[in-house]
Amino acid sequence: MGGVRTAGDLVARVEMTKRLRLPEAKQYVADRLDCDVFGLSDPVTMLDVRRDLGLGGLSHQDVTTMDDAVAMAAKFRIAEVLDVPIPSVEHFARAVGGRLRAD
Amino acid sequence: MKESAHPASRRAAAGAGSERGGPMEERIPTRMGDGSCAFMTRSEIRADVVAGVEAAVKRAKVAPLGDAEVDHLVHIFASPARFSAVDLGDEVILSSDGVGSQEIGSRLDDLRYYEQVICTDTVELYHMDYSYKPIKGLLPFEQATMRRAQLLLTLPCQYGAMPDLGLYTEPDGPVPNWSTLLPEGRIDDARAAQEEAVALAVEDIVHVGESLHAAGADGLNLDTAGAAGDADFLASLLAVERLRALFPEWGIQIGMASEFVLGMHGELEFHGTRLAGLWPEAQMRLAAEAGVSVFGPAINVNTGKSVAWNTARAVTITKPCTVAATVPVHMNVGMGVGGVPMHPVIPVDAVSRASRACVDLLRLDGL
Repeated sequence: MGGVRTAGDLVARVEMTKRLRLPEAKQYVADRLDCDVFGLSDPVTMLDVRRDLGLGGLSHQDVTTMDDAVAMAAKFRIAEVLDVPIPSVEHFARAVGGRLRAD
Repeated sequence: MKESAHPASRRAAAGAGSERGGPMEERIPTRMGDGSCAFMTRSEIRADVVAGVEAAVKRAKVAPLGDAEVDHLVHIFASPARFSAVDLGDEVILSSDGVGSQEIGSRLDDLRYYEQVICTDTVELYHMDYSYKPIKGLLPFEQATMRRAQLLLTLPCQYGAMPDLGLYTEPDGPVPNWSTLLPEGRIDDARAAQEEAVALAVEDIVHVGESLHAAGADGLNLDTAGAAGDADFLASLLAVERLRALFPEWGIQIGMASEFVLGMHGELEFHGTRLAGLWPEAQMRLAAEAGVSVFGPAINVNTGKSVAWNTARAVTITKPCTVAATVPVHMNVGMGVGGVPMHPVIPVDAVSRASRACVDLLRLDGL
């Protein structure tokens, strides 16, 4: 689908964690991002959506500023926005004593 | 009749026909299952597609494709375009059995490159010794690498290896070797050895899985399941069942070794279903029952047939699996499976056509 250029990584997470087939997984992600399914594969649409929600993406300087979330920080936001468990996020939160979790 | 790829162009071939006294169908560049170029007419491509469907029906006892599906395959393979792709909006997820060649930089560099440059949807950390048994001895190293990867990556990163039941046999492992017992007619001993190997493999896979989950892996891939036959597939199913009980929302993927589960044991069952002789639909049902998140059917390639023939056969065999699927299906469409030529440097014209055909006709959830 285009990975972090689009919503490919997000749809993959939903397939993997919720065992949803592709049409249902795409619809689930579109609903959570408040966009249409077609836009999930569009890098132009998704650049703004991902930036607004802090979901990470391409991390080079032409695309990402120091205010944007990348990598582990982005995964904290992905776990919240998609409501999916991400093992590395949970381990990271435990390692820092839960201080960075919103809850 | 197929022609090998030589300097003669399609236009020259068509012109030569005209000189002999009549219009001749244009020859279109396509590929054989070994990757070599072949020039075929549209009629020859259609004949190969039809023959590939018939071969699947005969071998796997599945329903044939419809006329519209055959026409679509001909449309894809009769195009001279360098690349073929699904329609906008029909894109699917790409998972994999290991990413990167480990040729340049580190494994972390490979993972980052696939995320930030190639832009796949998932990545997979793997060790060159790609089997669960040897990985057991490397676990602290693999865990540390996974943890570092997870700090750097945004996309899902799973860990992958093969059940590889053969590694548990003598002289490399502790179990008598059924490949030497069977020719001696020691059937019961061979079966007992396989059952012993299953128990050992399940423990190893579960141990590695738990350890990589603790390191933050987003999922586990059991690649080439069933490579050593029905016992190999059973070990995979039993390991998945245990891991799913431990981690209800973890990514767990089974990718098959081939289209048909070989009956090296012959009597093994999972939840009352005999494993020997299962085709993709039945494989998928058991994998879903065990608890996979993603199932990957693998259909073998005949190197002596065209890519059109192989893809038609692969699609026909796999269709009952995707129609019945209750979990995402990521078909194996890579070197030597799913219609893709058996060649280490896969031509993009061939892999793009095979991938598009499988996605268009099977409504896959991923590749």
